Amino acid sequence: MRDLYQSQRAMRAMRQAAMQRGVIAILDIGSSKIACLVLRFDGPEQFSAKDGIGDGVGSMAGQSSFRVIGAATTRSRGVRFGEVEAMAETERAVRTAVQAAQKMANVRVDHVIACLSGGRPRSYGLDGQVEVMGQTVTEGDIGRVLAECEVPDIGEGRQVLHAQPINFALDHRSGLEDPRGQIGSTLTTDMHLMTVEDSIIENLLYCIKRCDLELAGVASSAYAAGISSLVEDEQELGAACIDMGGGSTGISIFMRKHMIYSDSVRMGGDHVTSDISMGLQVAPAMAERIKTFYGGVLATGMDDREMIEVGSNTGDWERDRRTVSRAELIGIMRPRVEEILEEVRVRLDAAGFEHLPSQQIVLTGGGSQIPGLDGLASKILGQQVRLGRPLRVQGLPQAATGSAFSAAVGLSLFAANPQDEWWDFDIPAEKYPARSLKRAVRWFRENW
Amino acid sequence: MRSLKAQRSEGTRRDPAPSRWGYRYQRLMLTPGFRKLVKVGVPLLVVGGLIAGWTAREANRQMIADAYNNTKTQIQQRDEFMVKVMAIDGADDTLAADIRTVLPLEFPQSNFDLDLEEMRQTVAALPAVAEAALRVRPGGILQVNVTQRVPVAVFRAPEGLKLIDSEGVLIQNIIARADRSDLPLITGDGAREALGEGLEIYRVAGPLAPRMRGVVRMGERRWDVILDSGQRILLPTENPVPAFERVVALNQAQDLLERDVAVVDMRHPARPTIRLNEQAVTNLRQINAEQE
Repeated sequence: MRDLYQSQRAMRAMRQAAMQRGVIAILDIGSSKIACLVLRFDGPEQFSAKDGIGDGVGSMAGQSSFRVIGAATTRSRGVRFGEVEAMAETERAVRTAVQAAQKMANVRVDHVIACLSGGRPRSYGLDGQVEVMGQTVTEGDIGRVLAECEVPDIGEGRQVLHAQPINFALDHRSGLEDPRGQIGSTLTTDMHLMTVEDSIIENLLYCIKRCDLELAGVASSAYAAGISSLVEDEQELGAACIDMGGGSTGISIFMRKHMIYSDSVRMGGDHVTSDISMGLQVAPAMAERIKTFYGGVLATGMDDREMIEVGSNTGDWERDRRTVSRAELIGIMRPRVEEILEEVRVRLDAAGFEHLPSQQIVLTGGGSQIPGLDGLASKILGQQVRLGRPLRVQGLPQAATGSAFSAAVGLSLFAANPQDEWWDFDIPAEKYPARSLKRAVRWFRENW
Repeated sequence: MRSLKAQRSEGTRRDPAPSRWGYRYQRLMLTPGFRKLVKVGVPLLVVGGLIAGWTAREANRQMIADAYNNTKTQIQQRDEFMVKVMAIDGADDTLAADIRTVLPLEFPQSNFDLDLEEMRQTVAALPAVAEAALRVRPGGILQVNVTQRVPVAVFRAPEGLKLIDSEGVLIQNIIARADRSDLPLITGDGAREALGEGLEIYRVAGPLAPRMRGVVRMGERRWDVILDSGQRILLPTENPVPAFERVVALNQAQDLLERDVAVVDMRHPARPTIRLNEQAVTNLRQINAEQE
């Protein structure tokens, strides 16, 4: 746990340094596209002063403290299942996106917040309990109770990505947002721990480093998509965000404005494309084109009559004039989409989603744009299904407001208002090694 | 698996990704400090270096200086800036001749070569000039306006006769008293400092004026009036003018100065004294003896 603390705190410090400089980049490395947003942080005062309102609170409760000044998307290369597979290819794709975004922003960015969708995320619920030392709960008590949480065996070669305290309880009162300053004797906390594979983060870090950028934070893309596409009520009452990406489908469950569970299904839009490619005997690029133009999951009678030319550019234009009906295409796509959604259902059931007070399900990500998906999803996942689009943020180009960008937008919201994580609280002194120099320094600082 | 080696031979596959160095170059150019350096510093350096290198040669510097001087001369020698004539206003002929002597200008001359302030001071330094103003009038005329000093008296100095103005400044020499017989004659040490008083004495002379030869400052303290017959009127230090008025009145009433009187001494206001000539004293005694 020690090196995790170190690295995460270093990232937090770097993020604060980037905020000071005012420019930070958001990098969403997905399996089908790589998106880069360049954010400028000016502070909410500047915007409100410009409007002449001057009440100090910006629009959207301070979430508009940043502005997107550069945005670029490129086709992803070398990424599968949201994991870096070919380093040099991925590096080139990242360079393309970053360069274009920088060019648009006309400013150089050095700090990057990235998200990753692969790495087989796993969620753990932790709890800890301590006796409050003084009369009221202090920050030190919170640090102690977080440190008291018993870390499960997360397995070899895995690393903690998020560790967020989601609930505090003081004596018999539960559901406290912030127990600091309250009077009580026993402080209990629940924590959500999310781990991913170590090598995935290492690869991502190395790839970004090769682009001369510094990583200022990592977040799960399912978490980021949930931040941007769930509305506040849904986050409060309980909802699941299904981020249907190219290579993987991320699931994040929110309740009381905290992510309480996260998982991913290693299937996505690319699998649908490859099914079409194999089923219709066309090139993957053509299959992708057919999917985006004519795809769907609910066939109607009219779809039998709508013929699609699938003749791919084999160089045999005269002979290769094959056509398929749209109903056939839907017949290929639907089983795969159903499979993905069934898998999601399984994960949600495993997480105990049905026990939440509200069971809203929000479909987002590029895969959610398949026509008729909400109808199909409501059959599999339950009645409360809607399609989600990311929150609107200032300066975002129209082309980047689609549901495919919910992770990128969520990541920018995450950068603006980061949630408290485990490592934001000081480690209590007794957890230090006995002969730590830091401990001596701390003792001096406290007593002199 | 794709071939790990890059297939350069195809050539048709275009990679949209920037090369590593291209990417670094773009990032470098987006760095504000470096960008400013390149966009401002380097051009400045290049231009400055070129100029410095060119001017490092003596011949080039000389060329610049020559070109500058040529242009300057050409402009200054234009017809519009040439001064051809000097016109003097407010001076009589002798003073005008003097001014032309002290300003030895060779016309035509450029306006830029004339130092008007220095020339003005030269002209103003002439004794006969009270004030001088110089300007170049349109048409190439150097206009000299002078205010001449007006002589108010003739001053007899040990080395000769001079004209003097009301401020006591010596204007010019004259050869004979007869040249300016219209002006009063004043002499003696310190007479220039008390010129006003001397002239006041002349003013109140009235009928005595034609007979006055001059006034003499005695011991830088008081005045003597000399009449044409050699008679002297000694005036007091304090209030000499009323004392002289008394003498004039006395003369009008009793023809005092028609008599054989050598000196009328008014130095003691309460006791005016008369000194007679030797012959008159003798005559007076004789008359007195005859009467007894």
